[in-house]
Amino acid sequence: MAEEAKSQDLPPLVTRKPVKTQEDLDLLLADRGIRYYKELEVFPVDTAALKKTLDTTCKSRIRTWLEICAHCSLCADTCFFYLANDNDPTQIPSYKIQSTLGELLKRKGNVDTQFMINCMDTAWGKCTCCNRCGMYCPHGIDMGVMFGYLRGICFSQGFVPHEMKIGSGMHWIYNAQMDVTVTDFVETCEWMAEENEEYYPGLNIPVDKPNADIMYTINAREVKHYPEDIAEAAILFHLAGENWTVPSKGWEETSLAMFAGDWAGCKNQVEWVYDAMNRLNPNRMVVTECGHAHRATIIEGPYWAGIKTGQTPVPSMHYVEWVLEALETGKLKIDPAKKIKEPVTLQDPCNYIRNGGLCDVTRKIMSYIAEDFREMQPNREHNFCCGGGGGLNGIGRYRKERNIGLKVKRDQILATGAKFVVSPCHNCWDAIRDLEEVYKIGIKWSFLKPILLKMVIVPDHLKPKEE
Amino acid sequence: MYEFVSGPLALISFAIFFIGIIARIVWYVKGLDWRLDRVAYSEKLADGITGAARSLFHWLLPFNRTTANHPIFMAVTYLFHICLVIAPIFLVAHVVLIEESWNISWVTMSDKVVDYMTLAVIAAGIFFLIRRLVEPNVKFLTNAWDYIVLGIAIAPFITGYIAYHQWMDYKFWLIVHILCGEIMLIAIPFTKLSHFVLFFCSRIQIGMDYGIKRGGTRGRGIAW
Repeated sequence: MAEEAKSQDLPPLVTRKPVKTQEDLDLLLADRGIRYYKELEVFPVDTAALKKTLDTTCKSRIRTWLEICAHCSLCADTCFFYLANDNDPTQIPSYKIQSTLGELLKRKGNVDTQFMINCMDTAWGKCTCCNRCGMYCPHGIDMGVMFGYLRGICFSQGFVPHEMKIGSGMHWIYNAQMDVTVTDFVETCEWMAEENEEYYPGLNIPVDKPNADIMYTINAREVKHYPEDIAEAAILFHLAGENWTVPSKGWEETSLAMFAGDWAGCKNQVEWVYDAMNRLNPNRMVVTECGHAHRATIIEGPYWAGIKTGQTPVPSMHYVEWVLEALETGKLKIDPAKKIKEPVTLQDPCNYIRNGGLCDVTRKIMSYIAEDFREMQPNREHNFCCGGGGGLNGIGRYRKERNIGLKVKRDQILATGAKFVVSPCHNCWDAIRDLEEVYKIGIKWSFLKPILLKMVIVPDHLKPKEE
Repeated sequence: MYEFVSGPLALISFAIFFIGIIARIVWYVKGLDWRLDRVAYSEKLADGITGAARSLFHWLLPFNRTTANHPIFMAVTYLFHICLVIAPIFLVAHVVLIEESWNISWVTMSDKVVDYMTLAVIAAGIFFLIRRLVEPNVKFLTNAWDYIVLGIAIAPFITGYIAYHQWMDYKFWLIVHILCGEIMLIAIPFTKLSHFVLFFCSRIQIGMDYGIKRGGTRGRGIAW
């Protein structure tokens, strides 16, 4: 009782607005979701605002999809959640969207708190917005797109998982998905260059160099948790002789705001990156091995920023595209003796394979680096989500559901007979790591950069001078 | 009664049908929004058309993974739709009626072929009905409207078959058949049967989405 009384004096954690101050962010971080979800249980729905949002933003495309769905259930076995949950009919994509967004529209937004919590639990806990179902629906109904839309609706009403609210807040406060400042970023770059210069003389991470060929952007967690990833990228650019730079402002390509459905936050974030493009005027931009970062900034971002052509200010590419270019042009040369000998398989990240069409690129890279490459089944655009996409990896409330969903990827990997998974995406990398932790199938997993570094030939003039 | 259902009521039904489907298409296209949908429909029209053409090609013909994964269901679905659309348009009796009323006509198919096609529609309709009643997932998703629209779609074929073969009171079944046909025409713009045109809209839209944005311009777009 005393605790409840105390919590009533505290400022509310659940609001319909994004978190934009450090103070509010600290409150959310300190809570760990406990008070947050209690508040959510009784948080009222602003039905008038909800109706208005639906009226103005839910147009013919989504309404048609919901109306003409034939309830044929052909989408059922396309969804990894359905398969992982022993063909549970409540996991059929059609059911999931009809019982949430479909019902919301039928009731014209006149719904209660429990309904919105169910929408939230479905939109984040039962769908990773992998868009696989949409490829198999004869009508072309893309439930991933609709769940993305529903996430936005939920966010506007305050019904959003704790970590997603924090993630969106981080973008507003830090322009990054984590509390990484511009100083942190620049210092990490300097540190990584110094750390490795001994082995790669002349190694440098040029910050804010105008008119470079490549502007490289990353995922904030590389600064916070895996600075060696930045070093590896720098070494590979260095060995390839690239004229490249990183922007001191505009380096963060990811968007937890996208996973959260905070569209204003998405716009704010990508504009930071586009400003860097305009300021530094590179020929092109390359983004690190992250799937959703590519999706957010290159595929969806221009639309949030209101760019009519749907194109980023400078041509932009995923890291795998740069790797292939470097291999094909001979900028990077692989020592054939060092190619991966053991059986190896490849994860196809939804956000740039199904939703970016780059499957041939990663396969060509595999032909350069692996002797015994084994495809997962299904693969390419038809591959299943890693199991942790769409922000799901990071949401504690759905950890159990996430771990069940991982079974599909586990079985796909096991069926290849390979014990090594190349995973050129942060989210997939995490999901596969967690998969090993939960199911212990004895696999290793890796980004491309460390693999390439082990087998790339260092040109003589770039080798450290013997004393 | 026959004069009424085959005269003014037929005219009204056709008017509602044509105006209705045109209205649905107009409403659909007007509701597309490059910013909300995040697809540069008009700025990247050429890529969009390529994507749309691919999408239609792979689904109007059975060149898609869903057909590979569910061959029986999809074969029945293709057969059902082809026969349902073609049989009534090229039936001699229909063409003659239209010629008498509006003085326009077109090629016809033999009654025998149309008869088999009618049977195919009915058989496929029964297959869909049984599937809805028996297959657990489909049963779980099905609501009353799914049965109603299925009934509306196959009723003209069942009644037409009975009338043509003159098993019972011909005049009566002919009138019922015409009424069923008119109900279907009227129902198309207002129910799920609107997929008569909205299927094309939706397929074109998702094709444009993939053609313009999701891999269409830099990668290989989607492999339907």
